[in-house]
Amino acid sequence: MLLKRLTEARGISGNENEVRELIINEIKDYVDDIHIDRIGNIIAFKRGEVNTPRLMIAAHMDEVGLMITKIEESGLLKFTFVGGIDQRVLVSKQVIIGNKKINGVIGSKPIHMQKKTEWKKALDYKELYIDIGVSNKEEAEKLVKIGEYASFLSNYIEFGDNLVKAKSLDDRVGCSILINTLKTNTKLSIYGIFTVMEEIGLVGAGPAAYKIEPDIGIVLEGTTCSDLPGTEGHLQATKLGNGPAISLMDRTTVFNKDLIKSIIDTANKNNIPYQLRRTTFGGNDSGKIHLAKAGSITATISVPCRYIHSPVSVMSKNDYANAEKLLKLFIDNLEKGGFSYEF
Amino acid sequence: MNFNGELLKKLVNTYGPSGDESQIAEVVKNEIKDYLDEIKIDRLGNLIARKKGNGNKIMLAAHMDQIGLLVTDIDEKGFLRFTNIGGISPYVSIGQRVIFKNGIIGVIYMEPMEDMGKLKLENMYIDIGASSKEDAEKRVSIGDSCVYTAQYYENQNNVISGCIDDRIGCYILIEAIKELKESNNDIYFVFTSQEEVGLRGAKTSAYSIDPDFGIAIDITGSGDTPKAKRFAVGLDKGAAIKVKDQSIIVNPLVKDFMIRAAKENNILYQLEVLEHGGTDSGAIHLTKEGIPSGVISVPTRYVHTPSETIAKNDVNNCISLLLSLINMKIEF
Repeated sequence: MLLKRLTEARGISGNENEVRELIINEIKDYVDDIHIDRIGNIIAFKRGEVNTPRLMIAAHMDEVGLMITKIEESGLLKFTFVGGIDQRVLVSKQVIIGNKKINGVIGSKPIHMQKKTEWKKALDYKELYIDIGVSNKEEAEKLVKIGEYASFLSNYIEFGDNLVKAKSLDDRVGCSILINTLKTNTKLSIYGIFTVMEEIGLVGAGPAAYKIEPDIGIVLEGTTCSDLPGTEGHLQATKLGNGPAISLMDRTTVFNKDLIKSIIDTANKNNIPYQLRRTTFGGNDSGKIHLAKAGSITATISVPCRYIHSPVSVMSKNDYANAEKLLKLFIDNLEKGGFSYEF
Repeated sequence: MNFNGELLKKLVNTYGPSGDESQIAEVVKNEIKDYLDEIKIDRLGNLIARKKGNGNKIMLAAHMDQIGLLVTDIDEKGFLRFTNIGGISPYVSIGQRVIFKNGIIGVIYMEPMEDMGKLKLENMYIDIGASSKEDAEKRVSIGDSCVYTAQYYENQNNVISGCIDDRIGCYILIEAIKELKESNNDIYFVFTSQEEVGLRGAKTSAYSIDPDFGIAIDITGSGDTPKAKRFAVGLDKGAAIKVKDQSIIVNPLVKDFMIRAAKENNILYQLEVLEHGGTDSGAIHLTKEGIPSGVISVPTRYVHTPSETIAKNDVNNCISLLLSLINMKIEF
């Protein structure tokens, strides 16, 4: 299953190769041109009969994770974050490190030895370490190098009411939808872009958009879902199972109102459930895409993901399917000239 | 130079939060369309007007957008929750009236707070007098934006109004367009979008215009009120020529060029060193290979409130300075 393979592949920001290879193998027989740009983005072009508007669809390949910063005399590894990670989720997680795919676990002082005050607060990541089961620095250095990445080990599991648990649903859901879209025939030509290093500051999207100069940019994302006790209604960004989320505004973009309306109209006309993303925290590749060169208009369609940026993010397969369907119908509408905009 | 209060009043009372500038763009367009050679609105919503010439290509930028609020949720009782578009203070917002694009008026208030120091926008709501969610949804939708609304007032010397930031810049550009006789230079008047959320319209319009010289016209703060933080800019002390802010250090050649224009034409000016904030020149001067850029600022009290206060003389000095500058031969 594609989403299983995508989420189980490793691709922390700056080290997306495993994911990139997987995606290229998936799409190479379905697109007319494919290349990797200098910064590492996959730029795929699928030629249709119609070239206007110039459509770029982007999903980021990278995921958040850890990087090894020091090997202790004891053979334990110290690490830092790559991208936004809640340090409370780290203790007792399994990780896979570096080129040699070394297994490790994130350890800390056992509860018996902790002071009462230490029970009450989450351990700072500086107090944590990765244990790769060796007894000294020399042995550790044979397996792991400083600067190598450690990604969470977390299997793709389907459970409950048509839900999925996996790591890096942000943004392998976007990659999966984009792959399937490129495998489908469309009348409109599509630039499918799989970007690098989104999680550390939207790094790959800018150069890609600079090169492509799209009229319209659609960003596919996994987004925050906080439909849980403890978050007041108006602060719940999205709700699981209520359909794909369409963004209004975030830290990096005020999304184009005409484009949002066109996507909403498409959803309404085809009875696809959707929701508006009700918070404006965070940002995504659109921030760089809509400001490249003379600018473009952009929208974001997201699959809501609970426990995002953790090894156990959760999504609804229904939301996923509806996001893919909505994108397809939106492209259909574009190629029929159903979205008029003066470019 | 007469002060055209009718025009400024029309500009500040027109709706235009960042990302939704179509109404203000229309108003500006109607004011200037008879005076210029080309006029268009680009993808980011910038209104770009051109007066053709054979000399240097100059970009003049004033932002059309204003700070505002974006509705993110409507509760069962019909109260609206919101987030900020640009620099909205929760404290300034208490009790303010807002207006939506369709003319609906609401009032901003807050949940009871034990500690006012902890007030955040997420503890606040907008009341549009709706009796239920359904009733509210007939008038307002999630994703709609609104802006502060307040009465425009002017006396002999001052204007007090909301949205002086940066409709006064738009006013200065419009009045300059009307005053402008012939110019050798090729002048682009750009009424930019989305300045308040990160100088976004200026970035893309500067790329497409690729000027030799850029000038932004915007408001700045003032340091002449009781116990104000040290800031050597005050009302009635002239057009402010920017030295630096958080988005730009003005090239000394540009700064000196602007000072020379003021001195040669006997225009009252002051120098502005702003420790916080930035404006469109921050984006313009980093475009492509870099574009020499400066800023003319209007000293303003109570920035980002519905009672922004300016001096009319300063505004007229800004127009005079701008007119002198755009007729000069650019020497850098």
